[in-house]
Formats: sequence, C-alpha cells, structure tokens
Amino acid sequence: MKKSVYSMCGMCTVRCPIRVEVENNEVTWIEGNQHLLGGALCAKGSAGTALVKDDERPQQPLIREGGRGAGRWKKVSWPTAYDYIADKLKNIKTEYGPESLVVSSRGGPWQGMYKTFCHAFGSPNYTNHDCTCGRNTHHASLSINGVGRKGFVYDIKNAKHLVLFGRNMFASLRIAENLQTMDMLENGGRLTYVDVRQSMTGLKATRFFQVRPGTDYALALGMIHEIIKREAYDADFIDKYVSGFDELCYFIEQYTPKWAAKECGVKEKAIKAFVEEVLEDSPRVIFHPGWNLSRYKDSFYASRALHTLNILMGNIETEGGLLIPKGPGDCDVKGIRNLDCPKPDIKRGDGVGWKYKHFDKGPGLAHLFYPTMHSQDPYPIKAWIAMRHDPFSGMPDPEAQKRAFDNCDLLVSIDTHYSEFGWYADVILPESTYLERDNAICVQKGLKPRLAVRRKCVEPAYDTKPSWEIFKQLATRLDLDEYFPYNTIEDLWKWQLEPTGFTVEDFDEKGFVSLTDDPIMYDRDNLDGQFKTPSGKIEIVSQKLTDAGLESLKPYESPAKAPKGQFRLVYGRSAVHTHGHTVNNILLYELMPKNSLWINTKVAAKMGVATGDLVDVIAVDGFKQRIEAHVTDFIHPECVYTVHGFGKQVPLQSRSYHAGLSDQKLMVGMLDDWDKAGGAINLCEAFVTVRRSARNLKRRVEL
Amino acid sequence: MNKYMIYLNTKRCIGCHGCEVHCKTNKNLPFGPILCEIDHKPLKSIKGVPKTEFSFRSCYQCEDPYCADICPVDALSKREDGIVMLDVEKCIGCMACAGACPWGIPQMNPATGKMIKCDYCFDRVDAGLKPACVTKCTTHALKFVTLTDV
Repeated sequence: MKKSVYSMCGMCTVRCPIRVEVENNEVTWIEGNQHLLGGALCAKGSAGTALVKDDERPQQPLIREGGRGAGRWKKVSWPTAYDYIADKLKNIKTEYGPESLVVSSRGGPWQGMYKTFCHAFGSPNYTNHDCTCGRNTHHASLSINGVGRKGFVYDIKNAKHLVLFGRNMFASLRIAENLQTMDMLENGGRLTYVDVRQSMTGLKATRFFQVRPGTDYALALGMIHEIIKREAYDADFIDKYVSGFDELCYFIEQYTPKWAAKECGVKEKAIKAFVEEVLEDSPRVIFHPGWNLSRYKDSFYASRALHTLNILMGNIETEGGLLIPKGPGDCDVKGIRNLDCPKPDIKRGDGVGWKYKHFDKGPGLAHLFYPTMHSQDPYPIKAWIAMRHDPFSGMPDPEAQKRAFDNCDLLVSIDTHYSEFGWYADVILPESTYLERDNAICVQKGLKPRLAVRRKCVEPAYDTKPSWEIFKQLATRLDLDEYFPYNTIEDLWKWQLEPTGFTVEDFDEKGFVSLTDDPIMYDRDNLDGQFKTPSGKIEIVSQKLTDAGLESLKPYESPAKAPKGQFRLVYGRSAVHTHGHTVNNILLYELMPKNSLWINTKVAAKMGVATGDLVDVIAVDGFKQRIEAHVTDFIHPECVYTVHGFGKQVPLQSRSYHAGLSDQKLMVGMLDDWDKAGGAINLCEAFVTVRRSARNLKRRVEL
Repeated sequence: MNKYMIYLNTKRCIGCHGCEVHCKTNKNLPFGPILCEIDHKPLKSIKGVPKTEFSFRSCYQCEDPYCADICPVDALSKREDGIVMLDVEKCIGCMACAGACPWGIPQMNPATGKMIKCDYCFDRVDAGLKPACVTKCTTHALKFVTLTDV
C-alpha cells in the first residue's frame, strides 16, 4: 500500500519540513515540503532511509553487564529496562534527594517533555547541549536586546548585504535560510565572510576576510569604529531605542581599522571598503550574530559586537533586517498546550541562578555539573539521563568527563544510535528514528507563525520506542502520571490542540497549519516593550553584566600564539554529516568516510607534509591521533582544522569506528576552560602538536 | 535528438552532494554505485576571495551511445526522447557497457548483480515529474531543461 506523509526531518536539528512516500512499510521517497522548500532537501535528509535500515544501531533496550564502556550488554525488554531505571531513580531519590538527577537533551521544540519529567521528579537540573553551541550568542543577545538568540529571525532574502563571522551556513544547511541567501545573491546582494579558512559559504562571498584565529572581536571592533566615524549608523533608531551609545563611541575610539587590520592580518583598506559598502546597503545589512560561537575566550564579546553592529544599522523589524518572530498571540489565535511542571525551588547543581546570576536559568550550563559531581557541593549528582545528547562528542576531554561520571550511580542514554556517552552508560534506551516515530505538536514562530508536527511514516524496524512513550512509561513508574496526561500520541495531540480549535487532520493537507495568511510586522516606530532588558532599551552597557562584575565593553586582548611546533585546533562541519550523529550512516559514510587535517601550505612545506600524508596530532598530555593531511593555501598558518564528529570508538559501529580524528579528545584539560561572561566552553582554545607521522611508509619487506 | 538535459546553475551550487544521495535513494542503491557526481576545480583566489566552480556529471545520454552498441543482450536502448535506458530484466551484468562508455557511466549494482545507470529517472519523467537530483536539489541549482529548436 502506498501512502504520502508530511513530517519533519530528523537527520539534524534544523528539522526541515518533509514529505515522505511509503510503500509496504518501506520509505521510497523523501523530499522537502513543496509548500515551504519547493522540494529541496540535503544529502543527510535523503539518507534518512539508510538510518532506518541501519542494523548498527541499538535494536532493543540494553543494560550494562561489564564495566562502564566495556561494551558488554544484556538485551532486555522495555518493561525490564523501565523498571530498572525507575528502581534506581527511586533509590537515588531516597538516598540523595531528587535534585541529584540531571536530565540533558539536545534542546529543541520537544524539550518541554524532558524538562517536565525532570521537574516533576523533583530536580531543577534540566540542561541541554547549548554550552557547546549557541550559549555565548544567546547570552550576548540577552544582555543587549533582552531577548535570546531566537528573539530574532533574519530576513536574508530582502537584505542587500549579509555578513557572516564563521557562520558556515552552506555546510550547516538550514535549507530555508540557504534558499533565502541564494535568492539574495541572485538579486545582486553582497555576502561578506569572515573565517580562519575558506569554506563552502566563503566560496559564495563577495568579500572574504581570512583572519588570524581568535580575532573576530577585533575585526568587529574595527568595523564599529569605522561605521561610527563614517556616521553609517541609524541615529534616529539609536536615539529612540538604545542606551550606552556614548560609552560605545568613547570605548571604540582606540580600535581603528588600521589597528584591527594589523591584529587580524587583513588589509585596512578592505575594512574601509567594506564599510563603504555598508553605507550603500544599510539598513538592509544583517550581521549574523553567530551560531556555534562557543569557540574563543572572547566569543561572547565578539557576539555582543555583532549584535551592536546590527543595532547601528537600525535593522530591527525592518525588511531585510532582524525581525521579531511572531507567535499565535500575534495572530489572535490561542496557542497549543505543552507539557509543563514548575521548576522545583531548589538551587541548581550547576550554580546557574545563584552562583552565576547573569546566565539564563532555563537550561543552565551542562559542563558545570562536572565540578559538582566531584565536590558534591551544593549536593551530589548521582543520575544523568541524556536524551539524544552525547556529552562525550560535544564537550572536550571525554576522559575527564568519565572521571566525573564515575561518581554517578545511573547513566541513561536515550538515542536512536549508539552515542559515545551511550556506550559508557548503564542503560541504553533506543529511540525510534524520526521516520519511525511521532512527536508532539510544536509552534514555529516567525513572520508567518505555524503549527507543525512530526508523524510516523513507517513502523519501527526494531524494538525501539518513541520518546513520548519512553517518558510516559518512566513517569508512570515514578508516580508522575499527572504531568503526562495521555496514553497515546493521539491523546497528546488532541490535548495540545484543544485550545486552538484545530485538529490533527488539519495538518494533512500541507504538513503544517498556518496561523496567518499575511506576514505580521510590528510598527517599527513603536517597539517599546520588545526589548526585555532591565531598562526596556537595547543596552549597549548592560546593567545585568555590571551587576555580575563583568564589563559590557571589554577591552580587546590578543589571543595567545601557539608555541613553536603547535597549532590552534579549530573544528567545523561538512554539508554531508551532522557531527557524530551521521558518521556511521552508510550513504553519508560513502560520501565522507573520515575527516582530514587542514594545514597551511607554507607550514606544511616546512614540515615536509603533502596532501594525503599521515600526520600525528598530539594533545598536551601526549595523547595522539593519526590523520591524513589536507594541505591548502586557504587556511591561516596558526591553526589546523578538522571536521567535528569523527574518531568514534563504538565498536558496534563498524564504519565510523576509529575512522578519522576526534577533535574533542585532543582538548585534554579543556573541560574547565569556559567563558565566565558568556557561559559556553571555549572549544577553539586548545593547542596541538602536529608532525609528520612515522607511519608514512615508502617500502616494505614481505618475506 | 535529445529532448532533455540537466543543467547546473553553478552560481547556486554549494557542492553539498545532495544530488548524489537523492539519486541513490530514489534508485534504492547500496554502497558502491554513484550515478551522478558533483566535482570542483582547486580553489583559486579571485579578487581576494578563494573561488571555485562546481560541475555536475551524470549520463550524457549520447546521440550514438557506445554502451548500447556493445550490449550483447540489447538491454540498453535510446528512447525517442533521447534518454539512454537500461532494461534490467534483460541485463546480464557483463559490464561490457561500463568498459565501452568513455566516462564509465554504467556501473555494477552489487545488490542485483545487474548494471545501473543514470536514465534521468525516466519513470518520474514519464509521470510528469523531474529527475530525483533536480527535484530535491538543496538550493534549486539543478534544472531539468527541455531542449527546443532555435
């Protein structure tokens, strides 16, 4: 029997809208939703079929038999696994209190469910992966604009100039955004790209700044200086909505384009020519405030500078600028219901909210639980449930993390595949893949807000379960049923949609429910109340930061130079992989089986390294990995670069096992190297030694 | 006379290799054969921006296809609209076509033991649709073009 199902992709967390064709419980076709993407889908999206068929993923619940990480598993039934976890959690609750549980997830539209479970259990310690992703950008936006990083959407299509600081959007692939950028370029728009190396995105740029690693903040300061000097800013907007502009003018005086050019290793006249373009293009200039800006020790301030540049453009709520996303309330529609449970009134175990008051208390900061595991201050952390989150892949130094996790009595991994954390955990609960499961309904805010839903396309290939069922079953066993008022997904959808008047059948036609026909824009002359800072204004000098003893306008400090023979290790991503999630997917493995180490031509020549040669990459403690070199002119000589997500060590994943190099394993001792102002871990502050490997053999003796 | 061709707007192409997987999944191919390929020249700095041009290669649907000439069982034929198609029922997997084609377009499908080649997804074309690679191209860089006499 043939059927067509509108759903939501799950190969990465962009969650593009898709339409899936199914015949005899087999996926025969996946395409981007024609109504929203015109069919467009990336390689990962198409390779979803291989994920369903992959027999190298957990096929039933597993309970650890041997030591942690030994890979000896007992295959158990779902009720046995649920009972095991529930019993352990009950004991931990009795002995140490409910707050000793941490639930971490990838984040995203369904995190309300995991958060509810955590809070209902009695723990305030829900967290997510964002300390290795967008936390700096998020906190930067909060400190300036009073709204988080999702407080704006970017109207790229109507912009004249898009400025990307290392935002490699044509490898990260948010398809709707990529289509907008392509349309902008086709209409004659400009793209300025800043990075330590050339990337897929930079190839499309009209201007490229190859900067010294760690100097993004300097370049942004130089741009601010020149824009203010040339009066290329929107004085009316600043007058009306912004505080701290005078302090900015005073502060920026010293950061001339000449200074910035020298610091970044770019040309002064290029910065000036860039500002010349900005003068022509403003206010339709978007400075992307960064995504995965958990990189350098001053990334938070770099992001603040990028936000400041947007403010100077006065591009907020203007066509071709930063738009405030609209929700159901703006459409005079009631919103959906979501699972919820108030946060228990207990100090967070990561210190966020009491020790660190300037951070968003919502998900806290995952990496700050590790010191607590060791110190047991303010209380012990004894259980960790990782919901589609792999701390060992995302955070530096997995060995240091293991030493902390060894203080825990229960580690649970809920994921579609074996994560590196899962392999070390006590219980693996295999979640059905996105093509095999339903998810709750979610709101997608924007100029035209809509409701969207992921729907099951095929029956699960193995004995796996959807997350809504896993959390329901665990909740039932822990007497938390009242917070999960459903038995089937249909119950949940019905309960969610009840206030809206829509039914789940309304999603059949297009895969989503549009809440408005026309885009909604606010009156730009009346934006009061939109900026949720203490003063209600956009705060270039943030009261919140001052209260936390932090500077708003931080003097620039030059990044450390790598010691001789060493390089700064910089990571990124490819268009065909989603970090560690997809490296074992056979169709994507075929495209990119392993990563390589980019190294500058001149530096490589001195080391006698050519493309294809093996090099040893050595961490500070001597830990070594071997990898093929990719020698190129288009990377800064102070750094080496690799694609993140490789070098996995799960033996049951035969394709990705030890394929390529794992950057986070080379960041030895870097788990504690985090940004006190922005909260995120500094993932590009590790130095590694690189040398030609002794394994480059030219001859051999057979007999 | 060929009726169709696949055209790549290199300005829109981002070298994401989506087309290669769109093709493979549509034809349900295992690890091994890749029927269309994205490639690019080494990067070259132009006005300060390192640039390259992407190219897309699938079957050229030759006017006089060597693959069809050499096939001992007449499994390959050129349709009226120019598409060179393979009749899998007839194919014996001898790989003669792969050797005859200057670009090695026909490939062995290890799952079936038969050959497989780009046929512009003629089943989709016959149903009024476009080839898989074009339909799902990430940035709408690939176009399925109907050639007309000028």
